[in-house]
Amino acid sequence: MASSTAADLRSARETNPPASTVFLIRFFEWFGELGFFCSHLLRAVFLPPYEFREFAHQLDELGSKSLPLVALAGAATGVVLSLETHDSLVSFGAKSLLPELLVLSIAKESGPIITGLIVSGRVAAGIGAELGAMKVTEQIDAMEASAVDPYKYLAATRILACVLMLPLLTLAADFCGILFGWVTTTLTEPISLQLFIENGFKQVTFNDFLPPTFKTAVFGLIIGLVASFQGMRAHGGTEGVERAATSAVVISSLFIILADVLLVRLIQVVFP
Amino acid sequence: MTAPMKTKVAAPPIQVKTLRKSFGKQKVLNGIDLEVAEGETLSVLGRSGTGKSVLLKLIIGLQQADSGSIRVHGQEIAGLARQQLNEIRKTMGFLFQNSALYDSLTVEQNVAFPLERAGGLSDAERKKRVRELLATVGMEKDLDKLPGQISGGMQKRVGLARALALSPDILLFDEPTAGLDPITASEIDALILKMQKETNLTSIIVTHDLPSARTVSDRLALMRDGEILIEGSFKDLQASKDEFVVQFLNRDS
Repeated sequence: MASSTAADLRSARETNPPASTVFLIRFFEWFGELGFFCSHLLRAVFLPPYEFREFAHQLDELGSKSLPLVALAGAATGVVLSLETHDSLVSFGAKSLLPELLVLSIAKESGPIITGLIVSGRVAAGIGAELGAMKVTEQIDAMEASAVDPYKYLAATRILACVLMLPLLTLAADFCGILFGWVTTTLTEPISLQLFIENGFKQVTFNDFLPPTFKTAVFGLIIGLVASFQGMRAHGGTEGVERAATSAVVISSLFIILADVLLVRLIQVVFP
Repeated sequence: MTAPMKTKVAAPPIQVKTLRKSFGKQKVLNGIDLEVAEGETLSVLGRSGTGKSVLLKLIIGLQQADSGSIRVHGQEIAGLARQQLNEIRKTMGFLFQNSALYDSLTVEQNVAFPLERAGGLSDAERKKRVRELLATVGMEKDLDKLPGQISGGMQKRVGLARALALSPDILLFDEPTAGLDPITASEIDALILKMQKETNLTSIIVTHDLPSARTVSDRLALMRDGEILIEGSFKDLQASKDEFVVQFLNRDS
């Protein structure tokens, strides 16, 4: 049923060459195929056997190895925020609000979105290229022929690792952002770390901190899902691998930004 | 696993009936009928692009047929859920044209991969089994090498060891000697003959290599335009007056 629908769509595409029609068909075809991918994936996640060893390997590969990059990006964000806001706050006579502003902007938005986009660049490209190369060299077919479910072994482990690691990486980005924000601030106007932290977290509540951090699990889901999907449907040799890697980054980054808009509003409603 | 075993005695291991497969407007298989008896080796010959590899991928369920029937040990594979299909796949081994070894795993890990997922063996037993398999194909000294560090012929050997890992009773070979020099190709032929002697494997070999097919096969089938043009022993093919068959056989004679 599924394959006949896809075949019909392909046949319709061949007989209707206008570019707009082709674009629309490809657009809906992509979402349709993603739907089938997700249904395979759901079964693979819940049915035994479970690939714990590969999951642990992916936690290290996707999570731990992204830590330096995420920490650096978080630190840079803290430095820039401190530099940019310092002069503005001074001109309004609100210099004492700098720690609070820095902590809030990093914890609520800058930390999560920077982490999402940085990990999307590093991890989505990696997964897209790795699975794409495995697909075009028939390694995924070989896995299936050996009665191993590639949705379970390759996709589910990577997606779950992304979902679990993104909030943890966000915490690291937040920590580095706040720390280097303090370093930058104290270089121009010395302030103790203790005082900076006390001022910074004075008004911060549970709602300011935890929901934005955990929303990055959704970013992780987007990165893992899109990258695995694009990789496992790669075709056409080296060029196909390149397409899979590039599209994995572009689509997941775009979806992260769109999801962020929705999630920010949702968090505002659910955690007023 | 139980379903295929029930009918094993009654039905031939592989039965293909009026199998059709198209990609877009291109008809690749146009009503293939095929049966392979237990312990028999059938070579499928034909020009490039006639759907020989597609036939193998349909038999192991890597692609879906448009219509027709494929029975493995009497069990129809079309429409099977992934788990049921995997049980049938455990009775089959597949040697890919380019070996399709996992390039980030060592030779030893490649052969161990299906065994680890199938379970039922302790670490020590699995290690022993992997070494036995690699010794069978003459690769026991290259356990720690990556696929990129060994030759094409060696990759085929490792691919064969991996295909044999789950002790299948059916083996599907996709161009086992393609891209190999004549001496290495003969070694692969010898290996296939050795497998046949030591076990009672039922095999389908897709190949362009006529000398290899003559050496290892009980029966040959020649494909043209998505159909089986002729099948029988090499002598039957030689006796044919069909222009295509004569042309195909004379290329190598």
